[in-house]
Amino acid sequence: MRMDIRHVAAALRRHRMATLLIGLQIALACAVLCNALFLLSNRLQLMSMASGVDESHLVALSLQGTGNDLGRDTLLRIKQGLRGIAGVESVSMTNAVPFTQQAGEIGFRSVLDDPQYNQQGHFYVADNDFIRTVGVHLADGRWLGDDEAANSTSFLPSSPSILMSRSYAQHIWPGQPSLGQVLFADGAQRRVVGLIEDLARPNPEPLILHNTVLITGSNVLGQVFVLRTGPLSRDRVLRQALDAVARIAPDVVVDLDYSGTLSELRDRYFASNRAMAAMLCGIIAAMLLVTALGIVGLASFWVQQRRRQIGIRRAIGARRSDILSYFQTENFLIVSGGIALGMVMAFALNIVLMKLYEVPRLPLAYLPWGAVTLWILGQLAVLGPAIRAARVPPVVATRSV
Amino acid sequence: MLSYYWSLALHSMWRSKVLTVLMVVAIGLGIGASMTMLTVLHVMSGDPLPGRSHVLFYPHVDPLPLKFSTAADYDPADNMTWPDAMALLKARRATRQAAMAGGEVLVRAPLHGNSPFLIDGRYTTADFFAMFGVPFAAGEGWSADDDAARARLVVLSTSLARKLFGDAGAVGRSVRLDDTDYRVVGVIADWQPEPLFYSDSVSRTFGATDQFFMPLSVAVDLKLAGTGNFSGWGHDEDNTKMVSPTTSWLQFWVQLDSPDAVAAYRQFLVDYSAQQKALGRFEREPSQARLDTLAQRLDHQHLVPGDVRLQLWLALSFLVVCVLNIVALLLAKFLRRSGELSVRRALGARRRDIFLQLGMEALAIGVIGGVLGLLLAQVGLWSVRQRPDDYAQLASMDVSMLAMTFALSIAACLLAGFIPAWRASRVPPALQMKQL
Repeated sequence: MRMDIRHVAAALRRHRMATLLIGLQIALACAVLCNALFLLSNRLQLMSMASGVDESHLVALSLQGTGNDLGRDTLLRIKQGLRGIAGVESVSMTNAVPFTQQAGEIGFRSVLDDPQYNQQGHFYVADNDFIRTVGVHLADGRWLGDDEAANSTSFLPSSPSILMSRSYAQHIWPGQPSLGQVLFADGAQRRVVGLIEDLARPNPEPLILHNTVLITGSNVLGQVFVLRTGPLSRDRVLRQALDAVARIAPDVVVDLDYSGTLSELRDRYFASNRAMAAMLCGIIAAMLLVTALGIVGLASFWVQQRRRQIGIRRAIGARRSDILSYFQTENFLIVSGGIALGMVMAFALNIVLMKLYEVPRLPLAYLPWGAVTLWILGQLAVLGPAIRAARVPPVVATRSV
Repeated sequence: MLSYYWSLALHSMWRSKVLTVLMVVAIGLGIGASMTMLTVLHVMSGDPLPGRSHVLFYPHVDPLPLKFSTAADYDPADNMTWPDAMALLKARRATRQAAMAGGEVLVRAPLHGNSPFLIDGRYTTADFFAMFGVPFAAGEGWSADDDAARARLVVLSTSLARKLFGDAGAVGRSVRLDDTDYRVVGVIADWQPEPLFYSDSVSRTFGATDQFFMPLSVAVDLKLAGTGNFSGWGHDEDNTKMVSPTTSWLQFWVQLDSPDAVAAYRQFLVDYSAQQKALGRFEREPSQARLDTLAQRLDHQHLVPGDVRLQLWLALSFLVVCVLNIVALLLAKFLRRSGELSVRRALGARRRDIFLQLGMEALAIGVIGGVLGLLLAQVGLWSVRQRPDDYAQLASMDVSMLAMTFALSIAACLLAGFIPAWRASRVPPALQMKQL
């Protein structure tokens, strides 16, 4: 005897209010679940973003001090000292590396005197050892030559040739070849001679990850030393590097917040994203738990209420599996109704979040995931009560409740 | 009568233990999550300077060129340029006024041969201390004459003074910051506004304190390092940066004691903007000049991160799910007792009595759920305090939030109990009696 869905639906109509409420609960859970999953995946995506440098080989030291301490001579002596540490393959002096502090941000323009300042980018100013040290990869064009380093001390060194992150170039010149194009900033023009695979900005944020320009030259904007070493010797090299700086320039302060292996710096940088991701996981788990509890509670209740009817059905020939499938079909109907409404609500909630918190649009792909999760959850939650219902002996039919 | 209903409610809850536990857990989780986030928001949006905040205002003039697009989330006009700040300062149209900016200097400790370390502080003008009511443990601030004379002096926080000079008095001593000696004129007592309302939004605003204060004129003279947002929009060919008319980096606060003074100052700002426009320096409408209250300024700076609000939304929608859950369970439970309720109706109980009796049951669930919610909220707040964000350390409950936890829990359960109790109280007695 196959259970007819119409019969189940007809029976549900007798509990219209309770059905409606639990359906509404599932709908809301579905809406929140889809959005929470989406936010969670956004966070995870951001946390696993490519920095474009060989993180497992790098150690960074951020120095601070006044102009007198950090003269060019001191910096060169420190560089020399760091290079002497066993296991250090190369050392570069730069204004920043990914996952430290923003060092230089400026509005680059593709048209001279464009009034819009909305093509903000971060510029890395580093010596000629930078490319080799951090291990960025050339996508197109050529590297900067040794003779192209600008020795100016202004805000933005006036080097005539620059490298750019590929995605930033695509953003400025969409659909056009960007090699050989000219960028204007700070009263000078600079030609793009090479494109690098995306080099992350020091402080990546959602949607602005790789808007970077690389210039070689000396700078006074901030002094970061980056050391290339083997993956296993990083911690030792870091310790020895701190000792070396203290020995060579006792007056220089190392900013420990922004010093460490690049892996540590990445972990530190995304710590609050990790906390948010944990919070989203918590909300998702609690939401599923409460929804399951609600289904268990209501289903148990209906089983208890219908013991006599179940007994009668068993007495007139229904098998245990018929009773089981009755409750499961019933749950499937309620959950499906809830999901249908929940999908609409998921989009409504997403629109609210988009308006208030710059959340991107919810992709359609999240809806089936939410739906399948809730279907499985519903079937699992109803299983216990349904099995108890199936165990009701036919003899109950002859007794009063 | 009510106590009789209360005991009936407890009895009924005891009879269906599983269902009761489910409901209590649901409300407890919902309340726990919501109260955690509400408490975080509550501590973050408190009044940083109770008793003074209503007389503090933040003037806003807009020196940006018309073609400057401020589509990005940061508006350089939120801070002030040097010439504007100095003009407003010299006009002295408010009871008190001060220009300021965040700074960072290197300390060479005189006490021990310690290696130098960096400290955060503020470059400001004389009125700062009186305007914000900063308490002094020793000594005092400086005067407008000191500002004009570019006097090399400094006010220290208690903790920095102790670190540098031990228990000996710091006032009158000399301290070397970066490459210059400063005379200590005062030590401020513990003072920590939360958030650090007077700084600009890129600085640390929660759990932060300024460890030193020195005249702004000195910082500009010596080109000391700033920590705030330093935004330029013109071609600053002479590289004058700090004093450039096209670079904003200063915060400016005024104290205005009466509504008339506020109105007059607002007009003054409009007039000033109009004058600057006539001179060709400003390009925007003078009517865009504003005078923000402290609360407006905090709101404008978006001090509460989007993440925190987002979490509050999620927690509250979770609470709604929990409440819906309880409505469904209570409805099923109450209607299940139609028989028993009909007997009571037949014996003379009014609908109102039934409604009250069932309402009591919802209330009982609310109270127990509130206790559970409170415990869960404490766990939630503990986990917030483990976070790396700078506001995290503040997250703990005060009495008002404690009371609110119970109020919210009871309100949620009473709301959840309303429809079920109303439905159950309207069951016609005769029909049910027949089925018994």
